[in-house]
Amino acid sequence: MADTPFIARGFHSRRAPATPGRLPPGQYETRDFPVLSAGPTPRTPLAKWDFTIKGVDDRSVRWSWDELRAFPHETPNVDIHCVTKWSKFDTSWEGISVDTLLNAALAAGVQDAPYVMAFSDGGYTTNLPLADVTGGKAWIAFGYDSAPLPPEHGGPARLLVPHLYFWKSAKWVRGLQLLREDRPGFWEQLGYHDRGDPWREQRYQGDP
Amino acid sequence: MTDLRAVGAPPRLEWLVSTVAKVHNETRRARTLVLDVPLWPGHRAGQHVDVRLVAEDGYQAQRSYSIASPPESPSLELTVERLDDGEVSPYLCDVLRVGDGLEIRGPIGGYFVWDVAQGGPLFLVAGGSGIVPLMAMMRHYAAAPNELRADVPVRLLYSARTLDDVIYRDELEMGSRVDARVSLALTRDAPAGWGGYRRRIDRAMLEEVGWPPNESPRVFVCGPTPLVESVANLLVEIGHVPSRIRTERFGPTG
Ligand SMILES: Cc1cc2nc3c(=O)[nH]c(=O)nc-3n(C[C@H](O)[C@H](O)[C@H](O)COP(=O)(O)OP(=O)(O)OC[C@H]3O[C@@H](n4cnc5c(N)ncnc54)[C@H](O)[C@@H]3O)c2cc1C
Repeated sequence: MADTPFIARGFHSRRAPATPGRLPPGQYETRDFPVLSAGPTPRTPLAKWDFTIKGVDDRSVRWSWDELRAFPHETPNVDIHCVTKWSKFDTSWEGISVDTLLNAALAAGVQDAPYVMAFSDGGYTTNLPLADVTGGKAWIAFGYDSAPLPPEHGGPARLLVPHLYFWKSAKWVRGLQLLREDRPGFWEQLGYHDRGDPWREQRYQGDP
Repeated sequence: MTDLRAVGAPPRLEWLVSTVAKVHNETRRARTLVLDVPLWPGHRAGQHVDVRLVAEDGYQAQRSYSIASPPESPSLELTVERLDDGEVSPYLCDVLRVGDGLEIRGPIGGYFVWDVAQGGPLFLVAGGSGIVPLMAMMRHYAAAPNELRADVPVRLLYSARTLDDVIYRDELEMGSRVDARVSLALTRDAPAGWGGYRRRIDRAMLEEVGWPPNESPRVFVCGPTPLVESVANLLVEIGHVPSRIRTERFGPTG
């Protein structure tokens, strides 16, 4: 069925195609920055904000906003892809590599594991293999386009995992829980794919 | 959080070629497609489908569209608002005709859904084509047995540009017959003698037409991003519990 797509009578592309090789299948380029979330935007004052990495044995490290910001910053420039079909090229961020934070946590005695669950204000969670947030592939981002990340886009801080669909880039992130076994997060329990690679179109459970 | 998937991974959602059985214009800019879908597994009010258009040269475009028909309906209905400079909606509104095939897959989404058995009170807030999934909820409500409905009062606040842009207008005007109170807010033009609101949704309006927070309503908000963002923030300010407010944002159309 999916192998020979049905041709829609009279349908033609209306726009010049994006740079070849840059748009994953089923996506279109947008210049807006759409907002997608399941509920209202939570707002936690920075004085009460902290970021926690929890190990499998419940040993954890916690950083306040100022402590987190004291880690070295990076400024990734990346393309992002949302499961609702939009992609946005060349977005510029400021944040801290998840590698940096995990290394600091491990050095402080937090026990390593092969999976993580990101958790956020408002109860949102999303699961990832550790390998998808390490090796320079993921950040805790607090800046967007040379300004603080706006609340509707996940500010004060969100996870940024640009090589996966954007629901993995948990907004309003408050920490990472290391897990021995993979477990579905919020959208994953509601039918979305466990990994979410846009290049393989892993949108929903059961996709390749 | 409990694992809703305890019974095992669901099968892959396949692309299905549905057939356009009927079309009708809802407004100058919105059209309803009535689709026959072989082997449709059924859906819940509030879910959506993905539509895929493939051109002869292989170019493809995909978009999501909410399901307008209630679970009780034998056919699947989508209501699409035409964006003149859009890619998919002008095709669905202007080119697609009865007898054509249309590739869809679904149903998708298990969060922005409501079932009369979950109870209420229910407060629905829509902007523009954001009425579509909320209409599926209203229709599902209207199809429910009287005993179930009696305990679930419904209020709907719908913001549109002009009266002519109100999708499902006739049906909404009958809303009172099923004890649903419908309030309209027109943001651009209103006819002479218009008795409804004539401004964007604001805090006072939400307090007037919505349920107070102490009644613990379930709230669903759907429409263009700026509307959803502002309404959800106002509801939290008024004192509604964030976890009772579910939102669906219709992407870059805001
Ligand atoms: C869960 C969900 C449910 C939805 N349900 C409905 C529904 O029931 N009814 C409905 O009508 N819609 C619904 N939508 C919105 C729908 O998916 C489409 O976004 C909408 O129809 C617009 O698609 P389009 O292809 O016509 O426009 P697009 O081509 O996506 O363009 C949208 C706008 O963006 C601008 N734009 C985007 N990219 C470019 C570019 N490269 N160059 C220039 N301009 C650009 C255009 O100005 C245009 O106005 C839903 C969305 C979601 C996520």
